[in-house]
Amino acid sequence: MTSLIHPSDTSTQPRARSYRDHQRPLWQRILFSRDLAVWVALVVVYLYASATVPFFDRPITITYLLLDVAPILLIALPMTLVIITGEIDLSVASTVALASVSFGVLYDKGTPIVLAAVAALLVGIVCGAFNGFLVTVVGLPSLAVTIGTLALYRGIAVGLLGTTAITDFPDGWTDWARGRIGESDIPSIMIPFAVLAIVFIVLLHFTAFGRGVYAIGLNEGAARFSGIRVERTKLVLFMLTGVVSALAGIYYTLRYGSARGDNANGMELQVIAAVLLGGVSIFGGRGALPGVIAGVLLIGAIGSALRLADQTADVINIVTGLLLVVSVVGSSVLGWVSSKRRSRGAPDAPSGTTQSTPPQPHNNTTLTDPDGPVGEREREDR
Amino acid sequence: MTTPNTRRRGLARVVPAVAAVLGLSLVLAACGGGDDEGGSGDGGGDLSVTFLPKNLGNPYFDASSTGGEAAVEEFGGTFKEVGPSEATPDSQVSYINTLTQQGVGAIAISANDPEAIGDALQEARDAGTKVVTFDSDTNPEYRDLFVSQADAKGIAAKQVELIAKAIGDEGKVAILSASANATNQNEWIKLMEEDLAANHPNIELVETVYGDDDDQTSFDKTAALLQKHSDLKGIISPTTVGIAAAARYLSDSQYKGKVALTGLGTPDQMREYVKDGTVGSFALWSPEDLGYLTAFASKALIDGDIKGEEGDTFEAGKLGEYTVGENGTVILGEPLEFNKDNIDDFNF
Repeated sequence: MTSLIHPSDTSTQPRARSYRDHQRPLWQRILFSRDLAVWVALVVVYLYASATVPFFDRPITITYLLLDVAPILLIALPMTLVIITGEIDLSVASTVALASVSFGVLYDKGTPIVLAAVAALLVGIVCGAFNGFLVTVVGLPSLAVTIGTLALYRGIAVGLLGTTAITDFPDGWTDWARGRIGESDIPSIMIPFAVLAIVFIVLLHFTAFGRGVYAIGLNEGAARFSGIRVERTKLVLFMLTGVVSALAGIYYTLRYGSARGDNANGMELQVIAAVLLGGVSIFGGRGALPGVIAGVLLIGAIGSALRLADQTADVINIVTGLLLVVSVVGSSVLGWVSSKRRSRGAPDAPSGTTQSTPPQPHNNTTLTDPDGPVGEREREDR
Repeated sequence: MTTPNTRRRGLARVVPAVAAVLGLSLVLAACGGGDDEGGSGDGGGDLSVTFLPKNLGNPYFDASSTGGEAAVEEFGGTFKEVGPSEATPDSQVSYINTLTQQGVGAIAISANDPEAIGDALQEARDAGTKVVTFDSDTNPEYRDLFVSQADAKGIAAKQVELIAKAIGDEGKVAILSASANATNQNEWIKLMEEDLAANHPNIELVETVYGDDDDQTSFDKTAALLQKHSDLKGIISPTTVGIAAAARYLSDSQYKGKVALTGLGTPDQMREYVKDGTVGSFALWSPEDLGYLTAFASKALIDGDIKGEEGDTFEAGKLGEYTVGENGTVILGEPLEFNKDNIDDFNF
């Protein structure tokens, strides 16, 4: 723990595992990273489906796949940061719908489409700020807050438009949302996505803000004592989630040419499933964006393959759900087992490899903060 | 760094990959045989018809797919039904895209949104797939043909015919509608008024009330109607919610068997009221026939017999010959009458 905040004292202190395993060589970090495992899974699934599912091995599959998962890819970026801090935002799909409806209603009432889009983004920021306010200022758990706003935002969206839809958007805009980049099979939505992905990767993995995000998820108390502005960070993250969800809502509206209150119904689960499958710990503190992007594509590819193999929606839901449960429970159980073994002491560790350095550094409990359970988790692997 | 810890950590990281591959292999293996058949059978222009209803597990669409499958078997094509579990347009788009990739002969779809699925349907048509909408249409530019369950005139005439029969072509009647601004309901009511005035001079339409397609509101409006007009002979409710609520009220009241009730309802909803004598007969189109006709219309398009233009004619098996009307619309025909003699033959 201390090593995270004061990297300089590692020489004297037996240190706990620091985040991202920075004491290992870079090639090992890449080779044994969970991110890579998800990318490998994606490639294997893609090759396997290409070989066994008729019509899967065509460029158009990638086009449709990317068009389908684009809003999930977008929202997964800020969602990853939120979950790494140990919070969650279940209201994203409802924010998508509310932004979609606001965008549609304003445009329908004669607002220039650019202004309508800006207003929809503002709606997203307000939605996110309201979540963030309730979590950070009022101090409520984000799970409870965002379950509430999931219903609230969806309710307002459906209430504003009823069961009708606004469909008459300018062709230039809808064509762009449905279009491809030049002559390629890549949808044009991938351009803004790539820009946002780079922004979020830099933000999370290469800035002090990003290190603060991990620190909050690893141990909020310690992060606070070391000067990280926990509340402000969380508020910013919820607002980012809100604005990106609104962006996804505008894309969604234009892609389907239809602003509806029931747009993106249930998408929050797809986003969270993809983020967790991508290697982000639901307890916070661990995860990386490249793995999450692979996770989104993996779920999309599996859904696409199953549909092409004429499986029903129920089967797709079951497979996605099982994947999620297995990847979360499986790695938790393995982590729990290994932490149990280690807590019995180093001598009991399985034989087979010589223990050249007698005092196993990881076994030492160095935590002095009162936050026991967090400490337990930290000593788990991964 | 190859301590046991590292190895276990590696194992934990492999879990999602292994899970993903295993899960997919299991499911694909389970359906392996079917795939190959589907794959080899799906050449261009062959008679593969896929039904894509608003959602799966909906009795109405189960019935239309039953009819569609029967028709496809009759003309020797390949039938398939796919669809989302929730009736949303975005999930329908994924299925349309999938069918486009598979190059099926025709997609028979009930649209969840007139506009949202348009672009995907256009891509399917560009790839050579015929698109037939049934039950619920898209904008006409996105499909080759719309198979409509019934036209407004037929629906109105059928309900007037049923009420006239039930009350002996004489006396006061009222209408229990859905909401006051429902376009289709208002059109039917207008046509019913015209029909009554022209052909049934002894029937007096005393009032039209609105239950807003809400069960409780419809129930209360029925009670109010009967109190207000003590000599009311019959009620027409051209909405499935309204007719069921009115039947529930009548069956527990002194008016049971004395005040006639008819309108548009589903057999499952109305079965008990027909059997206990509250309702003599009511009407609705047969979703099974709708699916049957849709499948034959798809065949005619795939075969190139018709292009979906006004005046085109095609054979629809046991239903006979049909002509394409304006806007590329084919009308199934008169609604079907349900009574105690035939209600047990239907299940939707």
